[in-house]
Amino acid sequence: MTNKTVLHAKHIEAGAKLVDFHGWEMPINYGSQIEEHNAVRTDAGMFDVSHMTIVDIKGVDAQAYLRRLVINDVAKLAVAGKALYTGMLNHEGGVIDDLIIYFFTETYYRLVVNSATRVKDLAWMNEQAAGFEVTITERPEFGMIAVQGPQAKAKVATLLTAEQAQAVEGMKPFFGVQAGDLFIATTGYTGEDGYEIVVPEDQAADLWQKLLDAGVAPCGLGARDTLRLEAGMNLYGLDMDETVSPLAANMAWTISWEPTDRNFIGREVLTAQKAAGDQPKLVGLVFEEKGVLRTGLKVITPFGEGIITSGTFSPTLGHSIAMARVPRSVSLGDTVEVEMRKKLVNVKVIKASFVRNGKKVF
Amino acid sequence: MSNIPSELKYATSHEWVRQEGNGVVTVGITEHAQDLLGDMVFVELPDVDDEISTGDDVAVAESVKAASDIYAPVSGKVIEVNEDLEDSPELVNSDAFGAGWLFKVQLADEAELDALLDAEGYANSIDED
Repeated sequence: MTNKTVLHAKHIEAGAKLVDFHGWEMPINYGSQIEEHNAVRTDAGMFDVSHMTIVDIKGVDAQAYLRRLVINDVAKLAVAGKALYTGMLNHEGGVIDDLIIYFFTETYYRLVVNSATRVKDLAWMNEQAAGFEVTITERPEFGMIAVQGPQAKAKVATLLTAEQAQAVEGMKPFFGVQAGDLFIATTGYTGEDGYEIVVPEDQAADLWQKLLDAGVAPCGLGARDTLRLEAGMNLYGLDMDETVSPLAANMAWTISWEPTDRNFIGREVLTAQKAAGDQPKLVGLVFEEKGVLRTGLKVITPFGEGIITSGTFSPTLGHSIAMARVPRSVSLGDTVEVEMRKKLVNVKVIKASFVRNGKKVF
Repeated sequence: MSNIPSELKYATSHEWVRQEGNGVVTVGITEHAQDLLGDMVFVELPDVDDEISTGDDVAVAESVKAASDIYAPVSGKVIEVNEDLEDSPELVNSDAFGAGWLFKVQLADEAELDALLDAEGYANSIDED
């Protein structure tokens, strides 16, 4: 059974090439993935992300529950609308999913989790809710559109009511606000300025059309992947999964170790891993010659083998980039080898961040 | 349905061949093939003067999605390659049967052309994919 988002007809109208994405029929591109990528880097593009799963957590124990469930500490969130990126671990310290949590009040949070992991995420969240007074409610009645790029906010602004414009005025990165019928957040997955907009299902097609009319280019999952990889953002299922520690997935910054008495799931395992210092790490790779570093290729280093978790051609840079999991002793600036199409090539190790706000950052 | 010009010959591995006269042919990949591959980012071509045999992997089309070998549809000597693809690999996407050509071959044996598919045969072969 293939799921379709509320914008499915709009994709067909726009000439999308549709593919199966974890049970959802989604646009991979609308003609040229590279042109869509460039639209986001230089102007404004939009993605249908309605397949993503919105889960509201409410109740007197909402804060206590989330402080147990995820590795970052929601108690740090003090301003209404502030968002937090983090991971949800199993008891073995592996990443069940990465997610964004929006704080409204200490008894009301909104989570956005991956669609591919929806079923197991909800099962896990419900299982862990035992003993907490919380309600966990999926909100499938919304569509979601990510509008990204240097001109994204200006183009969205032309569609907003005066009240909505007021609500988002001066909103800092990683915030969300309910503005009329829209929930508008300054989050994204591209390394550009922009919004992610949660819209009631019956208004989604209309919003998409208005954005189209405002000159926002429809972009598919292909461009979404090259954009997020250039930005050095992880993709669940490739760069980490249930067998991978957040310490081995560039997610250490999303762990709140303080206060030490917060007993989040996976804490003991992570503490032991940190003390041992033996987890591999996720780095960036750069290859400036002809050829593309592909997901799954072997990385050869003096300290042992690693693997490319995500590799692609970077349209912004004009050469290949990748994220790779390598032994911890590999240093930034090192040259390592990748086995590419039967030959070994030299690639440079850098921090896993390649492009931000349209510019090369290494 | 992709465009499949009737004046060309085809290999089931999605190369097209155009006869230029004097035993010279131009080789490229079909519109259907570029559509499957997606945006082209690099094209590795053979060297001029390379002797190639039918079925050899002689070039690579690398797209955002994958690297794909391109096979020699005929035997002979490479006499010219499309140098524009060095800076503009996207020509393979935008004009697969024209400006996106890959290389030209001086045929070793013109009779080899008879073994290739005509447009209808190629259309049938991709229907079976």
